[in-house]
Amino acid sequence: MNFDKELDARGLNCPLPILRAKKALTDMTSGQVLRIFATDPGSVKDFQAFAKQTGNELLSSAENNKEFEYYIKRK
Amino acid sequence: MDTAELDELINKRLDELLPKKLQELQESKTPSMSIIATKGTLDWAYPPFILASTAAALGWDVTIFFTFYGLQLLKKDISDLKVSPLGNPGMPMKMPFGPDWFRGINWNIPNIIQAGIPGFETVATKLMQQTIKNNGVASIEELRELSQEAGVKFSVCQMTVELFGFSHDDFINDLDYVGAASFLPVAQQSDVCLYV
Repeated sequence: MNFDKELDARGLNCPLPILRAKKALTDMTSGQVLRIFATDPGSVKDFQAFAKQTGNELLSSAENNKEFEYYIKRK
Repeated sequence: MDTAELDELINKRLDELLPKKLQELQESKTPSMSIIATKGTLDWAYPPFILASTAAALGWDVTIFFTFYGLQLLKKDISDLKVSPLGNPGMPMKMPFGPDWFRGINWNIPNIIQAGIPGFETVATKLMQQTIKNNGVASIEELRELSQEAGVKFSVCQMTVELFGFSHDDFINDLDYVGAASFLPVAQQSDVCLYV
């Protein structure tokens, strides 16, 4: 999947992945896609909730070897 | 058309329209939260700042009202915040270093020994700081900064400033020094109100 910006949130714990993602999205323009890597297992549900609440679309959420990869489209 | 018929018609129409209208109102409203932060230790510094910074990231309006020991969290230098395991049976006492079997041990140290050893709190604090670092948990400084950057409002109980002999110079900038009468109307309008 194409993306415009990448955020490495590996090794960070709640709530840092969400806060960093929010910050990254703020600097982007509408329609752009942010790719995020994280290792916090709680981030799966958290990014779903974040997307639902903020209106930024969670395009995909995948796990690979205890690492999580998210694609979020800026509202 | 008589009044009874008219009333019935209005009621029917209202039943149809009202739920949708209410939902629209609900969805268009910016959620808000106010937190009362009353604790001044390293462990209890986390809940207010984690919840406030996260809520701000979700787009909420957030206010934290700092009172009593909570004022410690606003000092310019908060690297000296401490945690005390004394009288806190809920706190696991595990070492943040060494092999896994060693890290797994929960050191069940009796209160009387904890109270008797000079510097016990300092050691416990160092261990907790290391555990925080090991787990990729943000520092309080970082969460406080992120909260302020994200627009979280910090209100401070002016009475406590005087009661504990603090001065405004002891604290970071951009604080509102207020009393209970200023905070309560904010709390009244909040969707979520927490006491920590």
